[in-house]
Amino acid sequence: MSSNDPVAAFLVEAGDLLDQVEQDLLDLGKNLQDADLINAVFRGLHTLKGSGAMFGFEALAAFTHHCESAFDRVRKGKAAATAELVGAILAAKDHMAVLLDPAAPKGDAAGEAILDRLRAAMDDETAEPAAAAPVAAAPAKPAATGWHLRFYLPGEAMVNGLNPLGLIDELRELGDARVAVLRDRLPPLDQFDPTQCYFGWDVTLRGDVSRDDIDDVFMFVIDDMELQLEPLVAEVEAPAVEANPIVEAATAPAASAVPAPPSSSAAAPASPAPAVAKERPAENVRVPAERLDELMDRVGELVIAQSRLSQIAQDSSNAALRSVTEDIERLSSELRDTMMVLRMVPVSTLFGRFRRLVHDLANETGKTIELITEGESTELDKTVIERLADPMIHLIRNSCDHGLETAEDRLAAGKLAAGILRLRAQQSGGEVIISIQDDGKGLDRDRIRAKAEGNGLIQPGQVLSDQELYQLIFQPGFSTAAAVTNLSGRGVGMDVVKRTIESLRGTIDIASTPGKGSTISLRIPLTLAIIEGLLVRVGEGHYVIPLAAVEECIELSLEEDLRSRGRSFITLRDRLVPFLRLREMFATGTKPDVFQKIVVISTGNGERVGLVVDQIVGSYQTVIKSMSTLHRDVSTFSGATILGDGSVALILDIAQLVSIGQQQEERLRAAG
Amino acid sequence: MTDSLIPWDAEGNLDVLTFDLESETFALEATQVQEILDLLPETGVPGAHPLVGSVVNFRGKIIPIADLRLAFGMHTAKATLDSRIVVIEMAVDGEPIQIGIRADSVHEVAALSRGASEDAPAVGMRWRRDYVRGLVRRPEGVIVLPDLTAIFASVLGGTVPSMPAITH
Repeated sequence: MSSNDPVAAFLVEAGDLLDQVEQDLLDLGKNLQDADLINAVFRGLHTLKGSGAMFGFEALAAFTHHCESAFDRVRKGKAAATAELVGAILAAKDHMAVLLDPAAPKGDAAGEAILDRLRAAMDDETAEPAAAAPVAAAPAKPAATGWHLRFYLPGEAMVNGLNPLGLIDELRELGDARVAVLRDRLPPLDQFDPTQCYFGWDVTLRGDVSRDDIDDVFMFVIDDMELQLEPLVAEVEAPAVEANPIVEAATAPAASAVPAPPSSSAAAPASPAPAVAKERPAENVRVPAERLDELMDRVGELVIAQSRLSQIAQDSSNAALRSVTEDIERLSSELRDTMMVLRMVPVSTLFGRFRRLVHDLANETGKTIELITEGESTELDKTVIERLADPMIHLIRNSCDHGLETAEDRLAAGKLAAGILRLRAQQSGGEVIISIQDDGKGLDRDRIRAKAEGNGLIQPGQVLSDQELYQLIFQPGFSTAAAVTNLSGRGVGMDVVKRTIESLRGTIDIASTPGKGSTISLRIPLTLAIIEGLLVRVGEGHYVIPLAAVEECIELSLEEDLRSRGRSFITLRDRLVPFLRLREMFATGTKPDVFQKIVVISTGNGERVGLVVDQIVGSYQTVIKSMSTLHRDVSTFSGATILGDGSVALILDIAQLVSIGQQQEERLRAAG
Repeated sequence: MTDSLIPWDAEGNLDVLTFDLESETFALEATQVQEILDLLPETGVPGAHPLVGSVVNFRGKIIPIADLRLAFGMHTAKATLDSRIVVIEMAVDGEPIQIGIRADSVHEVAALSRGASEDAPAVGMRWRRDYVRGLVRRPEGVIVLPDLTAIFASVLGGTVPSMPAITH
């Protein structure tokens, strides 16, 4: 995205606006009387219409106009907000998103169908909207009967694709406007640049217009333009207020400042005098994700260089060097932390998308589904959030389609008619756990088993733990749905879900109680870029074990070593823990150290495995680098990292090693 | 037939970098070559395909090191003073990646001519035919143009090179 392209900026803003309108509509669907929400939706639509027209999205503006008018009536108490209306506008919102895409075919039929629906929704209402809340209390109108504006657009406004006439037309729509052109800035002809905008306008606007309405008109240029605004009042005592002085370094006319989201309903001052009182939201800057990634790479390199420096300083007796090294160590660790936070976005941006999904799923399936979200402020790396969206959509579809029962079935089972789908995010150590919980009928163990036996995934009669059995649903081509529905049940997807989660270095746990519902928990590491690792040596190679997975380190005594040959189990506080001899796994071909160590690792769900290593070198902050495509089959390693001396150490994949350990344990159990 | 795999230019020439493995001379398209490195400390990847058994740190990136000897049934050998790593960039499975190719010694950038080239013979060659895009005759001897795409495809497909690697 070029930050100087106002159309691109408009598209981004419009996307945000539509999302916000959708959220407000969904909220409104639950509470049809909420005047604030009605206003928020109206303002969102209004802004979209205005700025859409300004940037040449005529079809969008024309279409949105109808929706806006409908909401205007609701807002003014002339019509009541109904579920039908909300539904129609939701559909309209989707159509607007289509209209935003310049490449999309302008199929008017779809739009007309929605407008018909909208008209029907509006006609249904009786002329007496007694139920509608008095909305008059809403956006604080100034006592003024109008405004007097003088404005100059930024010189490059027309170059950037802005049509000043569009702005003036919009002002005219607000009320009775008298427009005069200000020519005082016209340069002599020999200095005249035809692409520059030299005119200013003097507009006397009479009518019931709020300050916010005017700000909306100028939304995309307000940071760079010159605008003088004074209310028209009988007693002209209010001083002229310079709304926004010209921003000197105008780098990004529209993109740099994010306008107030419509929901924040920053009330215009009731009294026109201190017009400055308008609250600006916290300043935001939009930055292309690639730049953040580049920065992240640099910080990663810095962390590596810094740990090399630390090693040198440790061997040195130069006190000044040591002190500088400590400073750099502190700074780079702070820089890393700041960098991490930069990339973090709250899970609410993810959960927000699912409200609509669940709304639609409820309509499609005819079930009543209540979506509850918790822990939305939990933050995750932006890349992770993006990649989680698809798997979660799939899991939610599954829960709504297969998990939750119909209202009749639920009542028969003694449950409330409305099924509850709960999305919860919480941070736990170095990972975030996102769970999708439904109170439906739970996973059908017998069906899964029958299906898996039928598919040859397991042997008939094979003994499996619940967890193992449930994990079978993630096998490719596995589906228990007796009837394939539009929503899910094609047996594609669950294996993709698992692959995606694993590519994020995450794991999936399933818990299910028949008749009570099931919970699918995704455990995702906080970031993909840097981990704390334990550096170990096996033979001549160095390997990194993610510190979050390490439970303890113990010594493998010589007796234990000899005794455990061939069975590879140690007793750890009365529990048998399988262990893997990495020397043998990695075929190092060297003699073992006399004092081998065992690093006990666990996946967090209680499964543990010990890793026998030659030496524990120490803990290490590690920048994760991905392995090349040519090594994608090597599942024992999740990545690699560069050590202080510039050599490469491989990062062990905990889930993979634990599962190897578990298989070993099962083989032993089966044997004995 | 295999001729089409070699990107000759309009005049029927091709700039290549030539290097030796054992007693054979191989050539890589000069446009593919990014850098020639002295030997770096390598890190073995246990469980990896023997053709790409190790990785190195190349400017902060982890890149695999490929030993074409194994694709051409040669013995693995200890590095010498002349040993180099030729870093190339090529698409593997649709994704451009960097790969270090081990060379016993690197010679020169030379122009090969289409007129002197021929397809890999159907019989009488010690190597898998699909690993060779063509042979080019030169006064100093024959230069082999390996088909890296086919060779690395076999790594991804998990098939072991037809000639088992002989190790000591």
